[in-house]
Amino acid sequence: MKRLINLTPSKPTRWLLGILPFALIIFIYIVASDARLAENATDKLLPSFGQMGETLHSYVLEPSKRTGEYLFWVDTFSSLKRLLLGVVIAAIFGFTFGLLTGAIPTFYAPVSPLLTVVSLVPPMALLPILFIVFGLDELSKVALIVIGVAPCIARDIQRSALEIPQEQIIKAQTLGASSLHVLLRVYIPQLMPRLISSVRLTLGSGWLFLIAAEAIASTDGLGYRIFLVRRYLSMDVILPYVAWITLLAFIIDWLLLKISQKCFTWHHQGAH
Amino acid sequence: MTVETRPLISAKNLWKKYGNNTVLERININVNAGEFITMVGTSGCGKSTFLKMLLGMEEPTTGELLLDGKPIPNEPDQSRGIVFQQYSVFPHLTVLENVILARELEQSPLLGKLFGGKKQKVIEEAKALLESVGLSHAIAKYPHELSGGMKQRLAIAQALIRQPRILLLDEPFGALDPGIRADMHQLILKLWREHNLTVFMVTHDLSEGFYLGTRLWVFDKLRRDPHAPEAYGANITYDLPVTRKPTQMPEELKLS
Repeated sequence: MKRLINLTPSKPTRWLLGILPFALIIFIYIVASDARLAENATDKLLPSFGQMGETLHSYVLEPSKRTGEYLFWVDTFSSLKRLLLGVVIAAIFGFTFGLLTGAIPTFYAPVSPLLTVVSLVPPMALLPILFIVFGLDELSKVALIVIGVAPCIARDIQRSALEIPQEQIIKAQTLGASSLHVLLRVYIPQLMPRLISSVRLTLGSGWLFLIAAEAIASTDGLGYRIFLVRRYLSMDVILPYVAWITLLAFIIDWLLLKISQKCFTWHHQGAH
Repeated sequence: MTVETRPLISAKNLWKKYGNNTVLERININVNAGEFITMVGTSGCGKSTFLKMLLGMEEPTTGELLLDGKPIPNEPDQSRGIVFQQYSVFPHLTVLENVILARELEQSPLLGKLFGGKKQKVIEEAKALLESVGLSHAIAKYPHELSGGMKQRLAIAQALIRQPRILLLDEPFGALDPGIRADMHQLILKLWREHNLTVFMVTHDLSEGFYLGTRLWVFDKLRRDPHAPEAYGANITYDLPVTRKPTQMPEELKLS
C-alpha cells in the first residue's frame, strides 16, 4: 500500500468523488424536508423540490399579478446590468491606475500611498455616503461596486506590472521604444490576462456589494427579491434564487476563463 | 587598414561607487569599432556594472564614459543592443513578432504597430534575419515553446534588426548546454563579422572569453584592505589582445 500522499484517484473515481458531496447534500435536504413536511404540511423552512419548482415556475413563466412583469427575468436583468456595469467601470479604472503606477515611477510616488489607503476603506461603510450623494437609484449601487472592486484590481495590476522583468523594459528601449511604446507593446498586452484573472477574483465581492446595495434600497434585482420575501419566510423563493445567483456567478467566471484562454494562449501555457 | 582617429568607446578615469562601496576605479580604456571585447572576473568584480554603464542603466560616479567622443546616453536606446541571460524576449509575442517589433517601433512613432504593406515589408526582412540565426522553422511559435538556445538565437536576432553599432551580451550562453553553446559561438562570430558589430560580452567562462574575443579584459581588485573590503574598487587588470591563434595564457590566470 502506497502512502496516502502518493495515492491519486483515477479519472472516473475523481468524478464520482466530486459529485458525491453534492448528492449527499441534496439527499440530506430531501430527507429533512420530507420529515418536516410530514409533521407540518405548511412548514416553510425546508420546502420540497416540488414546491420550489412551482414557485419558480410562476416567477419565471407567469407575469406578476401586480405589475405584469416576469419577476425572475426582470430581477436577473437588473442585477446583471448593475453588476456588469460596475465591474467593467472598476476594471477600466483599476487597470489604468494599476498600469500607470506599476509602470511609471513618477506616477507611483503620489498615487500608490493613496491607493493603499483607499483599498483599506471598507466599501460597505461608504454606502450611506453614496446614497446621500448619488441618491437611491442605479448610480449609487454601481458606484458601490466600483468603489469596492476597483482598488483591488488596481493593486493587483500594479503588482503584476512591477513583476514584469526589468530586462524586458530595457530590451524594449534598446529596440527604440518610447515610454508610450513600452506601455502599449510590453505592459498592456502582458497585463490583459492578469486583468481577466483579477476580475474573476473580485467578482465574488462584486456580487456581495450588489446584493447588499439591492437589499437596502432597490425595487428590483435578485438581492432585492430575496430580502423582500425573507419577511414571509419564503424559502421556496430564496433557495432557487441563491442557486440561480451561484449559477450566474459560475457562468460568468467560466466565460472569462474561456475568453482568456482563447485570446492569451501564451499566458495559459506556462509563460510569464 | 585605416587607423581609427577616434575610438568608438572610451573611458577616462572612470569610477563607480554605490555609497561607500567602490565597485570600479580608475578605468581608462579605448575601444575601436569592430572589436570583440570579452569581460571576465569573479562575481561582484564590476564587469556587469561596466556593461550597465555602457547600456545607460548606470551612470559613472566620476570620470567619463564616451561614445564617439560624447558622453554615452544615460538611458538605453537603439544604438546599443542587448542580450541578457534570460527574460530577453517578449513572452506575449511570437518569434516573428518579437523580431519585427523593433522595426514597428521605428516606423510607427505613436502606436508602435504596423499594418498591411508596411508590415509585410518588415516581415520579409525579419524572415531573412531569422533564417540567418537558424529559426525559420519556428517563426509562429511563442518563446515558451522554444529551447534555451533557440530563445537566445531569437534574442540576438531581435537585437540585430535595427542594426545597433554596439551589441552588449550579459552572460548570454551561461545557461546553455555545452554542445548548444558551441553552436551559439559560431553564430555570434558569424553575425559579428556580417554586421560589423562592436561586441562587449560578459562571461564566467575564461576559455569562452579567449575563444570569442579579439580582446579580453580581466576585472579584479588591485588594492585590497582586509578590514574594509568595499574601500577599493576593481580595475581592468589584464587587457589582452587575442588572436584566433592559440594565445599564451598568463600563468596567474591558469590558476584561478
